[in-house]
Amino acid sequence: MNTKCPVCDGEVTVEPGTIESEIIQCPDCSARLVVEKIEGSHVSVSEAPKVEEDWGE
Amino acid sequence: MITIGLLHSTIRGDEKLILEAAKKRNVTVKLIDIRRSIYCEENPLNHIDVALERSVSTVKGMYAAYYYESKNIPVVNSTAVAAICEDKFLTSLALMKARVPTIPFGMAFSVVELESLIASIGGYPVVIKPPEGSWGRLLAKINDKDALEAVIEHKDVLGTPSHKAFYVQKYIQKKQGRDIRAFVIDGHTICAIYRHSPHWITNTARGGVASNCTVDSELATICKNASIAVDGGILAMDVVETKDGYIINEINHTMEFKNSEMPTKTSISGYIVDYCLQIAQTQ
Repeated sequence: MNTKCPVCDGEVTVEPGTIESEIIQCPDCSARLVVEKIEGSHVSVSEAPKVEEDWGE
Repeated sequence: MITIGLLHSTIRGDEKLILEAAKKRNVTVKLIDIRRSIYCEENPLNHIDVALERSVSTVKGMYAAYYYESKNIPVVNSTAVAAICEDKFLTSLALMKARVPTIPFGMAFSVVELESLIASIGGYPVVIKPPEGSWGRLLAKINDKDALEAVIEHKDVLGTPSHKAFYVQKYIQKKQGRDIRAFVIDGHTICAIYRHSPHWITNTARGGVASNCTVDSELATICKNASIAVDGGILAMDVVETKDGYIINEINHTMEFKNSEMPTKTSISGYIVDYCLQIAQTQ
């Protein structure tokens, strides 16, 4: 499944087995992206949220 | 058939390993994105037998866990465990109360009292940490009074209220530039890694490199006692080696482990799933 990077507009390939809410990386600009929705062969991604103060273990 | 509800935000490699482990065991996992849920009395719940809290956000994960517990669904880890482990001072107090060896520590709310506190735990250097926080963020090694005053002034001016509660630990020189991360489930240390770093902060999130650490009886014992002190569950313990033996530094309640399965040759994710099944079956 392919989609466009919302940051650089580059081509992003989403590998089989990827699930919604998973973090992937744009191969062109290295932006961290989150997989928002997978419907059939259509996939949408958005820029992943920035790390917040309470994130972690 | 038991269903595990995996409470998540962004899905990390750790959560994918848990999903794989569940699949191998033919266990159903319902993915529940806590950011896309509402928490109110009328909310129809997904049918789950146990909730595994894996939110990357501590605050949101805690609220979601409290909600599921209020609906009589057991949560791993329980809010009782999480409430202690999410706060370094409360963790230190729990360890102290249970007489588990830990790094000399204290809390104070002003520079004057901090100076007395630092003197009482052996003097400089010390490490000042936000009581809540992870991944080695905002830690400061304080070597003298000048540095103390500078850091505290910044916290006083720029910090949120919780940053104005100054949690301090004595600085411990780590043996061979390493510490230990022990993975402890229900009091049993299933495996451990060394975290090596040339920097005094050894978190793997900050570049620390993992290698296998053999679990000896002394390590297993202190981890078991620390687990009891914070009420059990699935825990990752940061342990420091000293000339007097092991001491506990911190305890994490939503541990990351994806980089530790390979060096330890242990399916940590499998143990997590098995523990969830055990909790569901004992309810």
